[in-house]
Amino acid sequence: MERDAPSVVVAKEHNALQIYALDDAAARYGLAIGQPLANARAICPHLTVFDADPAADTRTLGDIADWCDRFTPLVALDPPHGLYLDITGCAHLFGGEAALLRRLCDALTARDFAVSAAIAATSICARTMTRHVHGRIVPDGEELDAVSPLPVSALGADQAITVGLRRAGLKTIGDVAAREPAEITARFGAGFSTLLAHALGQGDAPISPRKPLPDYIVEKRFAEPVATESVISATLSRLAETLVAAMERHGKGARRLEAGFFRTDGALRVITVDTGQPVTRAAVVGRLFRERLEALNDPLDPGFGFDLIRLSASHTEIVVEQQHDLDTHVHDNDELVALIDRIAARIGSRRVFVHLPLETHIPERAVLTAPAQHHLASAAAASWPERATGEPPSRPLRLFDRPEPIKVPLATVPDGPPHHFTWRRAVHAVVKVEGPERIAMEWWKQDGKMLTRDYFRVEDETGLRFWIFRDGLYGSELLDEEGRPAPANWFVHGLFA
Amino acid sequence: MTSARMSTLATLRGHLARIEAHGGPFAPDRAALGHAEADAMLAGGLARGAVHEVFAEAGRQSAVATGFVAGLAARVTARRPLIWVRQDFSEIEAGALSMSGLCELGFDPRCLVTVRAPDTDSALRTTADALACDALGAVVLEVWGGARQLDLVASRKLTLAAQASGVTALLLRLAATPSPSTAETRWIVRAAHSPPAAKWHAWGAPRFDAELVRNRHGLLGRWIMEWECDECLFSEPPAADPQPVAAAPAHRSHQAQARERRRRAG
Repeated sequence: MERDAPSVVVAKEHNALQIYALDDAAARYGLAIGQPLANARAICPHLTVFDADPAADTRTLGDIADWCDRFTPLVALDPPHGLYLDITGCAHLFGGEAALLRRLCDALTARDFAVSAAIAATSICARTMTRHVHGRIVPDGEELDAVSPLPVSALGADQAITVGLRRAGLKTIGDVAAREPAEITARFGAGFSTLLAHALGQGDAPISPRKPLPDYIVEKRFAEPVATESVISATLSRLAETLVAAMERHGKGARRLEAGFFRTDGALRVITVDTGQPVTRAAVVGRLFRERLEALNDPLDPGFGFDLIRLSASHTEIVVEQQHDLDTHVHDNDELVALIDRIAARIGSRRVFVHLPLETHIPERAVLTAPAQHHLASAAAASWPERATGEPPSRPLRLFDRPEPIKVPLATVPDGPPHHFTWRRAVHAVVKVEGPERIAMEWWKQDGKMLTRDYFRVEDETGLRFWIFRDGLYGSELLDEEGRPAPANWFVHGLFA
Repeated sequence: MTSARMSTLATLRGHLARIEAHGGPFAPDRAALGHAEADAMLAGGLARGAVHEVFAEAGRQSAVATGFVAGLAARVTARRPLIWVRQDFSEIEAGALSMSGLCELGFDPRCLVTVRAPDTDSALRTTADALACDALGAVVLEVWGGARQLDLVASRKLTLAAQASGVTALLLRLAATPSPSTAETRWIVRAAHSPPAAKWHAWGAPRFDAELVRNRHGLLGRWIMEWECDECLFSEPPAADPQPVAAAPAHRSHQAQARERRRRAG
């Protein structure tokens, strides 16, 4: 494809293909956004056309926002093409506002993005500036002078308002600002006058950053990108020490830690580690991340190296310092929590769980499994139903999540236990039976689709003990279309020890 | 033989004895099972800080073996936390561990933390990690089928970890046949009949036909063991029980059996 061939991106709007975006060459032919593709082809027959992909645009914008995280943790999206960066207190780290702006724009331009950027006291003012000027830094208090010469479309208000302003003869923002605010509000609504006030630096709308601001951040920048595992691991350990020292001053411990790896090519990989109780030791932080990094399904790919590694504590808690007495039970619990954290960091917190009792008679629903990291204390305090002393177990030790169907020949008594049954292709002759134990389904919770179950505890000739049930009551729940009793289905639900 | 050589030999014997005694000056801590004959064979009970294997040779015996392991764990842990590491596949094949079932056996589910491992490798790694944590009472590793990864090296690693921390490792091998390992004891568990006295109801306490097929520091045997849910210990079934049991090869040490096996193999 020729470099200077005009090209446009088209999207379907009102059942017609319209220009969604275009390049400089196309603009020189007089094409404009919103023009139907047919018209554009008539003007410029050798037009290269691409389909719009809004999802990919959003993704790219998100990637750029990720990359911008290196400048400030407060990055907000301004769809479809914009980003806000709150650089309050960050600029000096990069040699001042001008240097920061230059560095950001150079890096993005080097990757073939068209950039228009501005720095101003309010986000709306900065956005307005970017619409027509690139690289302006508006000093405090000079917003009015800066935005006055710009056309009203730069404000980014609704199309109807922009057209209305033009029709009223108000061509530039300066024209609009010269009118009485009350007149503007009466004609174009309070929303527009607020927008105008923000653009003029009077009051500010807060931006909504993509990620909440972590409580503590430490980071390490590298002049030369690093790629070796040992350096990364050592850096994480050093960062952990700094982070823990910072948290210690406020008596805090981290419940969630994030390590951000910024690659030189702009990709960002964030790795999160959760802990069961606030972490206050750097060694623990380092170990958790080592476990996590080792167990990653798609390992950390350094590519051409990382130029920034950031460690942040996104969720912290106040640590109550406890004095351990000689009785070591408290300490034991700490060790168990640390072990659970390590296992969860490696194989996922859903895979390490404790059990909580639920108030129900339905056997397969009587237990709630909850991640051990967060529910260890409640599980230790749970009250399980007491067993009846002196009785043999009435519930099986192993329970099938889904009861397994068994083949039962017709019983002599229709609602009695079977004499033998076939489970997993083996025939078991019933030697001992106990039951039935009738468990009715919770009719107040569902629409009556589940049938009452009659459970039998049976022992076969080899001494294996099964918990089998007949699904449905013979003669009342089990009827075929003509109202005659239908044969029941039998299931194995569990195995006794 | 010169006295110098004698003393060298004595020193070496001392070394060996120390290695055998788990590298520490203390005799291993043992948890009595409650079954008198088995306890006698195990020199007082199941050794803590060691690896014990329990096999269910067929998949349908898995609940029985699970019950036996739960019993051993209840004896060994003494109300300290228990970590039960289970393969995903095992849950599909043999069913999940039921908490109400554990309650009925007299085990406290509050002490239990379950880990569902996606594969054998991560299950082994998790078990080794957990064994290093001396706050635990025991770690159960439940594996379904023959596992290539559970070889002599893996078993040695587990043994060392268990010795270092004093945490007991219980390997529950479902639908698997024994292979060489460094386990302290190895059991094959099968279901046993209820006492024939009970006709229509009350099949009684859980019963295990437990065969001790490996015992590093004692003799072997095969017993019918009953689990007393209320007292939380194993016991002998009543003497009147005419259950046929294969004669226990109590007169033969495990070495003798091993020799015999070698001869057969060779």
